[in-house]
Amino acid sequence: MKIIKNSGLIIFLVGLAIFIGTIFSGTFNLKQAELDSFLQEQNYKNTLIKSALQEAAVTNEDLNIFEFSSRVRKAYQKSNDYYDQQIAKYEAEKNWDKKGEQYQYKINGKPHTLSFNLAKKAGKGFVTENPSLAWFLTFGLGIIGALLFILPNLILLGKPGIKNDGIYHDSATNRGFIAWMVLIFLVSFYLVLYFFADYVVNWTFILDPISETLGGRPASQWFVYGFLYCTVMLTMGVRMFIKYRHNKYQIVRTISVLFFQIVFAFLIPEIMASLQMPEYDFKNAFPLDYDFFFEWNLKSLAETGGIGIFILVWGIVLTLVIVPVMVYFFGKRWYCSWVCGCGGLAETLGDPYRQHSNKSLNAWKLERWLIHSVLVFSLVMTLVTLYCYFTGAQSFLGINSQWIKDSYSFLIGAWFAGVIGTGFYPIFGNRVWCRFGCPLAAYLGLVQRFKSRFRITTNGGQCISCGNCSTYCEQGIDVRAYAQKGENIVRSSCVGCGVCSAVCPRGVLKLENGPENGRINPTEILLGNDVDLMELINDK
Amino acid sequence: MEHIVIIGNGISGVTVARHIRKNSDKKITIVSAEHKYFFSRTALMYVYMGHMKFEHTQPYENWFWEKNNIELKKGYVAKVDTENKNLEFSNGTSLTYSKLIIATGSKPNKFGWPGQDLEGVMGMYHKKDLEKLEKHAPDNKTCKRAVIVGGGLIGIELAEMLRSRDIPVTFLVREDSFWNGVLPAQESKMINNHIKEHHIDLRLNTNLKEIKSDELGKVSSIIIEETGEEIFCNVVGLTAGVTPNIDFLKDTNIETKKGVLVNRFLETNIKDIYAIGDCAEQHEAIGQRRNIEAVWYTGRMMGEALAQTICGNKTEYKPGHWFNSAKFLDIEYQTYGWVFSEKNKQENEAYFQWKHPKQHKCITISFDKNSNKFLGINTFGIRMRHEIFDQWLTENKSIEHVLEYLADANFDPEFYSLHEKEIVNKFNIENNTNIQLKKKSWKRIFS
Repeated sequence: MKIIKNSGLIIFLVGLAIFIGTIFSGTFNLKQAELDSFLQEQNYKNTLIKSALQEAAVTNEDLNIFEFSSRVRKAYQKSNDYYDQQIAKYEAEKNWDKKGEQYQYKINGKPHTLSFNLAKKAGKGFVTENPSLAWFLTFGLGIIGALLFILPNLILLGKPGIKNDGIYHDSATNRGFIAWMVLIFLVSFYLVLYFFADYVVNWTFILDPISETLGGRPASQWFVYGFLYCTVMLTMGVRMFIKYRHNKYQIVRTISVLFFQIVFAFLIPEIMASLQMPEYDFKNAFPLDYDFFFEWNLKSLAETGGIGIFILVWGIVLTLVIVPVMVYFFGKRWYCSWVCGCGGLAETLGDPYRQHSNKSLNAWKLERWLIHSVLVFSLVMTLVTLYCYFTGAQSFLGINSQWIKDSYSFLIGAWFAGVIGTGFYPIFGNRVWCRFGCPLAAYLGLVQRFKSRFRITTNGGQCISCGNCSTYCEQGIDVRAYAQKGENIVRSSCVGCGVCSAVCPRGVLKLENGPENGRINPTEILLGNDVDLMELINDK
Repeated sequence: MEHIVIIGNGISGVTVARHIRKNSDKKITIVSAEHKYFFSRTALMYVYMGHMKFEHTQPYENWFWEKNNIELKKGYVAKVDTENKNLEFSNGTSLTYSKLIIATGSKPNKFGWPGQDLEGVMGMYHKKDLEKLEKHAPDNKTCKRAVIVGGGLIGIELAEMLRSRDIPVTFLVREDSFWNGVLPAQESKMINNHIKEHHIDLRLNTNLKEIKSDELGKVSSIIIEETGEEIFCNVVGLTAGVTPNIDFLKDTNIETKKGVLVNRFLETNIKDIYAIGDCAEQHEAIGQRRNIEAVWYTGRMMGEALAQTICGNKTEYKPGHWFNSAKFLDIEYQTYGWVFSEKNKQENEAYFQWKHPKQHKCITISFDKNSNKFLGINTFGIRMRHEIFDQWLTENKSIEHVLEYLADANFDPEFYSLHEKEIVNKFNIENNTNIQLKKKSWKRIFS
C-alpha cells in the first residue's frame, strides 16, 4: 500500500512538473494574416498599433511566450504613449476637440490581455499540435497520481472513524516545508492567472478541444481555472469520501458541493455560451457575485431578451428572498458548505489544512471588522454603480464608479478571494476568504445569527473540553468554549460543515434546525448537578 | 481579603476557581506542579496521536487568568500546616491561605509488581507520562512492542495511541472480557472484537507477574503470571486504575482513607479545608455511586457546588443522575442512569438489548422487572441526548415510554441511519407488547 501511495505521489509530481513545464514550451510568432484578422476583430481605430505589432510580433523568429509577451506589451506601450503625448500636446494648446478625439485611439484593457489574445493565435508547438497527449501528461498523470495516492487510504486509515492521526507530525499539514512549498505554488498560480495570463497561454491550448466541445470556443484562462477547479475538487472529494466514509452528513454534503460546482458553476455556463446566451452561474449570489450589477453585465443581460431578464430577476430573487429564507430554515450552511464553489474548494482541497484557522479572541475581533467592512464596501460599490448606470453620471457622493469597481475587483476579487484566500490555505487554514472576506458570508451570517432556526446543539454536560472541535473548526470558532458551558453555538461565521460534531469523541455536538425558542441558552450550571442547585442559581 | 488557595489545576480546581470568581472578588491562587496553565487531561492522548498540539488542549488563552484575577503558581506542595494555614513548597517558599481546596487528582495504581519503577514503565495520566511516552515510544523502531497492563478506559486509550504510530501492542486484561465489571457481556464482547480488529494483541484472563529490565535499568520484557510467557517490549503501560494523589497530606491531621474524606459539603475534618475531584472520598456513597469517583464530570460538578459554599451559599454536593461517556477506538459510548454489568446486576434489574447485525452499534436498556421503571441505558455507536434521559430518569418513566419516544433522544448527526424501529420491534416481539414509535418532535425535545 505504501508503495502504491508513493508511486502515486511520484506520478502526480511528474504530471505537475510537466504541467508547469508546458509554460516554457512552444513558440510564438504571428503571420501577417493572423494579425490582420485579429485587428479586424478588435476594430481598433488607430493605425499605429498595427505597425507597432507588425514590427514586434510578425516574425519568423521562434519566440518563447515571455519574449512574445514582452514585445507585444512594448508595442501596446508605444502606441498608447504616442496618443498620451498627443493628448498632452492638445491639452497645452487648449485644443479640446482634438484632445477628446485622441482618447478613442488608445487601446483599452491590460497589456497582458492583449498579449494573451495574440498569443492564442500565435502559439505553435507540441501542446498546440497534440492537445490530447498533453492533457494526458498533465491532467491525466495528475489525476492518476493523486488517486493512487489517495485510494490506499481506504485500507491504510483502518476501520471507518475519525482518523486525524499524525496531522501535526506531518510537514505538509503542520505548516512545515511542504506546506510552504504548496503555498508558494498556489500563490504563484493565482498571480499568474489573474495578472499574467499570457504566460500560461499554453495551458489553454491543452484544454482547447474540451472547451470547443462544451462552449464552442477556444479555452480562456478562466476555462483553465474552471476545469482545474472541478478536477481538483473531484479528486480531493474522493479523499473526503474515504476519510469521512463513516459520516453520512459529510458524504452527502460533499456530493452536493461537487454537483453544484461541476454542473452549475462549470457546465451550465459553458452550455449557455455555446447557445449564444450570457454565461451565468445560477447559484452565485450577489454580493459574492460582485459584478452582477456592473453596467456591462446589466447591458448584456438586457440585450439578450428573455433569458437575460430571467437571469436578472433570478439574481435579485436569489439574493433578496431565497438566501435569507433558506438561512432562516437551515442556517448559512445550505450555501457555504453545500452549494458555494469557494466553500467547495475549501472543503475538498482545503480539508487537510482546516486545523490552522486561528481560534484566538484577537482573530475573532479582526474577522468581524474585516468581513463586515468588505460587505459595506461591496454595497457602496453597487450603489454607486447602479446610480451611475441609471443616471449616466460618473460618480456618486464623490466616489467615482470606475475607480471603486476597479479597486474592489483588484483588492477583493483578485487578492483577497484568490491569492490570499486560497493561496494561504496551508498556513492560515482553508476558509480564510470565507471567514475574513466574503461579503455574502457576512450577509448570510447576519441572518444566521439573528433570525434562523440553525444552531449547534451541545449535549448536556458531556463535554470533556478536549479541544478537538475547536482545533478542527475551519472557521476559527472556539467551539469548545461553548460546549464546555453546555451552550448552543449560534455564531454568524459557522458554515455548518459538521466536522466539530464528527471529531467529538463524546458525541456532544449536533447541527440542528430547531425551533427558534430557546436557541440561545446561556447556562450557569451544566447538566448533571442536582436540579436544586440549578434552581438556586437561576432564582438568584 | 479572603485568600482561596486551590492545589491542583485540573478540571475540579479550575472549575471551583472560575465559579468563585463569577460570584465574588476573593483572592484566588491555583497551585500546580504539572503545568502553569489548565489543560484538558483527557486530551493528552490526541497530542501523541498528532490530532492536536499541546496548546490546543488548553481551553483558555493564557491572558484569561490575569484578566480574571486568578493567580497561577507553579510549585509542588511539600507540607500543609493546618494550624497556621500555611503551605510549604518543595523549593522552600510558602503561602498562607484563608481557605484551602485540595484538588490534586489521581495517580496510576501500582500493585507492587517487580520492576514497576523501571525506565520505560509509565502510566497515562500526567503530562510527564506523555513526555515519557514520546521519549520511549516515538516510533515503532525505538519501541518494538509495548505491553499495557489493566483493562480499563485509560488502557484502551493508550493502546489506541500506540497503534496510531504502528507500534505493536499486547494488552493484558485480568478479566475474562474487556471491562466486564462495568459493561454488560454483549457490549464487552463487541469491544473485545473491536480491539482485535485494530490489531491489538488482547490477552484476557491474564495477569502481570513481573517486569524485567535490561542491563541499563530499562524495560526489556514482562512475564505473564498464568503461563510464564515472556513478552519482549520497550514500554510497559500501567493502567490498572488510579488512586487519589494525596501523599503530601500524610503528616497532617486531615482525615484520609484512600482519598481525602469529605462530607456532603465537600468539607474535610479541618475547618476551611475542602477536597474535590478525584482525590475526594465521601464517607458514605451517594446513591449508587462510589465513594471516590475519578470522572471528569463529577470533578467539574464538585467544583461548581463548592464554589457556592465558598461564596456564602452553603450548598451540598448533590450529583444528579449518573452519566458518562467514552470512546473505545472507533466506538462511541454513552451511558445515562444505571446499567450494571451481569456481575453487579441488581436483583430487580433486567436488560433489554439490541445489537446491529453488522455494525458496531448496540444498546442495553436496564429496567425494573417488577415495575418496568426505566433505570438506565448504555449506547454504543449511537449518540443520545443527555437532557432527555435526565428528564426521563427524574420523571421515573417506564421502559415503554423510553422506547416510544426514543426518536426524541437520538443525537446522531443528520442523515445517519436510524434504528429506532428495529429496536422497538425487537422489544415488542420479546415482550409481546405493541409499542408504537412516536415521530421525533421538536416541541418535546426543547420543552
